[in-house]
Amino acid sequence: MSKLLMLGDEAIAQGAIDAGLSGVYAYPGTPSTEIMEFIQGSKQAAELNIHRQWSANEKTAMESAIGMSYAGKRAMVCFKHVGLNVAADAFMNAAVTGVNGGLIVVSADDPSMHSSQNEQDSRFYAKFAMIPILEPANQQEAYDMAYSGFELSEKLNVPVMLRITTRLAHSRADVLRKEIKKQNDIKLPSDPRQFVLLPAIARKNYKNLLLNQPAMEMESEKSAFNSYIQGTNTDMGIIATGIAYNYLMENYPDRNCPYPIVKVNQYPLPKKQIAELYNTCKSIMVLEEGYPIVEEMIKGFLNVGKPIHGRLDGTLPRDGELNPNIVAKGLGMTVTEGQAVPSIVKQRPPSLCQGCGHRDVYEDLNEALKEYGTGRVFADIGCYTLGALPPFNAINSCVDMGASITMAKGAADAGLVPAVAVIGDSTFTHSGMTGLLDAVNENAPITVIISDNSTTGMTGGQDSSAHGRIVEICKGLGVHPDHIRVMTPLKKNHEENVRIMKEELAYQGVSVLIPQRECIQTFARRKKSEKKESND
Amino acid sequence: MKNDIILAGVGGQGILSIAAAIGLAAVNNNLYIKQAEVHGMSQRGGDVQSHLRISDAPIASDLIPAGKADLIISVEPMEALRYLPMLSKDGWIVTNTVPFINITDYPQPEEVLAQVNAVKNHIAIDAEAIAKEAGSARAMNIVMLGAASLFLDIPFGKIEEGIRQLFGKKGNDVVELNLKALRAGREFSEKNR
Ligand code: SF4
Repeated sequence: MSKLLMLGDEAIAQGAIDAGLSGVYAYPGTPSTEIMEFIQGSKQAAELNIHRQWSANEKTAMESAIGMSYAGKRAMVCFKHVGLNVAADAFMNAAVTGVNGGLIVVSADDPSMHSSQNEQDSRFYAKFAMIPILEPANQQEAYDMAYSGFELSEKLNVPVMLRITTRLAHSRADVLRKEIKKQNDIKLPSDPRQFVLLPAIARKNYKNLLLNQPAMEMESEKSAFNSYIQGTNTDMGIIATGIAYNYLMENYPDRNCPYPIVKVNQYPLPKKQIAELYNTCKSIMVLEEGYPIVEEMIKGFLNVGKPIHGRLDGTLPRDGELNPNIVAKGLGMTVTEGQAVPSIVKQRPPSLCQGCGHRDVYEDLNEALKEYGTGRVFADIGCYTLGALPPFNAINSCVDMGASITMAKGAADAGLVPAVAVIGDSTFTHSGMTGLLDAVNENAPITVIISDNSTTGMTGGQDSSAHGRIVEICKGLGVHPDHIRVMTPLKKNHEENVRIMKEELAYQGVSVLIPQRECIQTFARRKKSEKKESND
Repeated sequence: MKNDIILAGVGGQGILSIAAAIGLAAVNNNLYIKQAEVHGMSQRGGDVQSHLRISDAPIASDLIPAGKADLIISVEPMEALRYLPMLSKDGWIVTNTVPFINITDYPQPEEVLAQVNAVKNHIAIDAEAIAKEAGSARAMNIVMLGAASLFLDIPFGKIEEGIRQLFGKKGNDVVELNLKALRAGREFSEKNR
């Protein structure tokens, strides 16, 4: 088959489709978004009738994928690392229920926080759940791992994590495809109680998960994704995981690194190969993207005196992404450097698009809040988080998806009244609705602004799951209809909007303001495609 | 051969289509390629860069080591300077001279150009004016690609082919306009090298 030029994300998507995927569930989040987008745009996926709609959040996505696996079919669920926190409850228990049809959990980590709140390492979660991890070093391996991951999952009867990082997710290289497999037929679990985690059954399942560990280790030891590469200089042995291997090899133009290497792309760690490396070499260097998880693990089981270097002992920086220069410095090699950046070069932070409705919302809100002073606005995660920067300086928090409403409630409980929450329509349905119910139940004196741009703007304009139904949802959750105020955030409405905001800020109960105007990016794209359709 | 290229600009300026055109040309030439790009929030008017690596041998890292880039292609002059630590001693900068000013503390444009001129190997080109002449200011990025093409180890014909592939769906007029922009950019570099 011909070579395709693909992002790491796209390679995963194509690998899963070719492996007989029946459904993918996801919530958008950089750097994972393009996996679902690729499958949504794929003609092949449409013809095969693969389920490929966005879910309301990562937890619902994870649970739907477990359900599809229950029915015997191959399912994949995709999100970014912090999305796994949202899905964690279901994720942890999926390891205990086991699978029926193969189940791949893709978690895309973001070391260096290119677009995230933290840089947590998903490998800890997989270790926590005691399931295998596949961690590709390049786009071809990303394809191959998505392709063979379902089989591994079915063989070991556990979900398999496919862990990537931003760099691989958003880097393009050529990929060779394999033959297309048929989807599984519907087939119910042979043990009808496998998926019932009542304590008595869960205890049995959990024992099985523990008994299953040696099999997982054996799979890693004989996996084609892991390899032991001989070297002539045994002063040091190198363990290189995932993409870190590429940065290592970059420093050897002819690709012959003198040190023995264990290239790790599948976990649990291949103990046999690592023990061999340890016994052969005088010291060990661990190169891994993310937390020092491998370094910690081998210090645990190989702690008999030889030095082990990596992120923990400061040989490599404790935080941030690796790159060829950082790895070279860690190995004690000299590194090239270009010229310094001239001092006239200024920072160019991202900002809300010109003409974006969120801009008007913040202008209105800043004015309405003037008499109360600053420090009362709890915001959330989306384009509108950029309201924290000048010229608005309008928000005072961004913690996790959905935290705005509940934080405002907590602050109001503490006596900070008025307390304001700013949340987008997509984030509201992701995890703001339950918090609003808490606020209604206690009639908390908070003002919630649901800045409704009819899309998931920050990740590029995916469908927002409650489009057109935000008002009804707020009513249904018990917000008094008199205090649900819809407005249009436009310059010409400034005075009126400020007036409405002031009224609701003064109200001693739950009020919801819904400024509604479509994201100008999706608006422009929609107009363009409508025009094209009418021309066709 | 190897070409290690940093593509630089501001979110929304179309550097990814430059990358796509070079990528297509490289693949059609049976070369290995890796291209790392920036997605997500930083695209909202923030600085964006892409590492593009082309070689006739397999490529290890998705990221170019500091001090090793052969070429910086920038669609904005201050952004060209931001990546100077990446450029090798003999590397070239090919930059658009038209500033994109979306911050209040943007330096004096003359100062920026003076810094560009201080780099040994550079081409500074008013890509917008040339694109307008070719038929549309929006082809600015393709003018930049044309100007940079002189420093790529890919036959010019293959780059033209890449443009045809990239814009083929949009009809012949669009293809021709972009080819014109591409050639105009190339001509500028040939004269001003
Ligand atoms: S992408 Fe849409 S929602 Fe985001 S800043 Fe731009 S206009 Fe606003």
